[in-house]
Amino acid sequence: MEVEAAKMIGAGLAAIALAGVGVGIGNVFATTISTIGRNPSIQDRVSGMMWIGFALVEAIGLFALLIAFMVLFG
Amino acid sequence: MASEETAAHGEGAGHGAEAGHEAHSPLEQFEIHPLITEGPNFTLMGFDLSFTNSSLWMVITILCVYALVMMGSRHGSMVPGRLQSLVEIIYDFIADMIESNVGREGRKYFPFFFTLFTFVLVGNMLGMIPGSFTFTSHIIVTFTMALFVVTAVTIIGIAKHGLHFFSFFVPKGVPAPVLPLLVPIEILSYLIRPISLSVRLFVNMMAGHIMLKTFAGFIIALGGFFVIPAIAPLALTVALSGLELAIAFLQAYVFTVLSCIYLQEALHLH
Repeated sequence: MEVEAAKMIGAGLAAIALAGVGVGIGNVFATTISTIGRNPSIQDRVSGMMWIGFALVEAIGLFALLIAFMVLFG
Repeated sequence: MASEETAAHGEGAGHGAEAGHEAHSPLEQFEIHPLITEGPNFTLMGFDLSFTNSSLWMVITILCVYALVMMGSRHGSMVPGRLQSLVEIIYDFIADMIESNVGREGRKYFPFFFTLFTFVLVGNMLGMIPGSFTFTSHIIVTFTMALFVVTAVTIIGIAKHGLHFFSFFVPKGVPAPVLPLLVPIEILSYLIRPISLSVRLFVNMMAGHIMLKTFAGFIIALGGFFVIPAIAPLALTVALSGLELAIAFLQAYVFTVLSCIYLQEALHLH
């Protein structure tokens, strides 16, 4: 196989990580909404933690992007 | 790293160029170049120490933070004005963050976390000015900060607990046969902290700026500002700029909060 073609396939494979990120971000927001629905008074504290969780999960997606860049251009 | 990518990308950047127009690579914005080229060259033991555009924007960031805090706290009136209440909001924000994440004994590290947060936040925000330079989009800058945080936290933990600090790597309530497997994982996840902390910030800023530049390039590719089809990418670029401002704040917040959490873990050992 040509190296260029293999690079393209590798970068595409790196995008598989987005499946986990999608589940993760959905879970973060779904759990926050259901928590606030059960106990609205806790909204301020929970939403702060929600943004930390969101950023942690989102970073995983960007790690995948970084790996794709390294495969393509590295 | 980004400059290497730019160099590799530079040849392929010519497509879409019309007569008189020169298309730029979206990675070109991350190029570092020395600002002072005349005079003695600043090399020390083989390292190039010249004053670059990255250093310039760090100095601008420091000056902005310094001017804001100094002007905001100059009068110290009972009823704060606009600048003073802005400074008070940032102060309260960091104080609350330390109070809820580290606890009482975190108070003495307040100046460090305040500096860390304002430096990253203002650096990210200044990077959003078109034509400016985002120093947080370079791995070496964020890695230096993250390595400093993790090293300092480790030293604080060892100074407080002595050799007992290393019980940090032994999870409680785990049956003994599993420990040979878990302890290396704990040590590895501890050692990988500076990398994950720095890569999170750097990749977020880099990906965001590449995305902005790419969508902005679509405007030109569709015919410029005053052509009907270019409205869609123009609107998208405006929306993405708003998103990037939110990300710039969020990443500064996450960087500081995670530093707080690391400190809390080192002080209290689980």
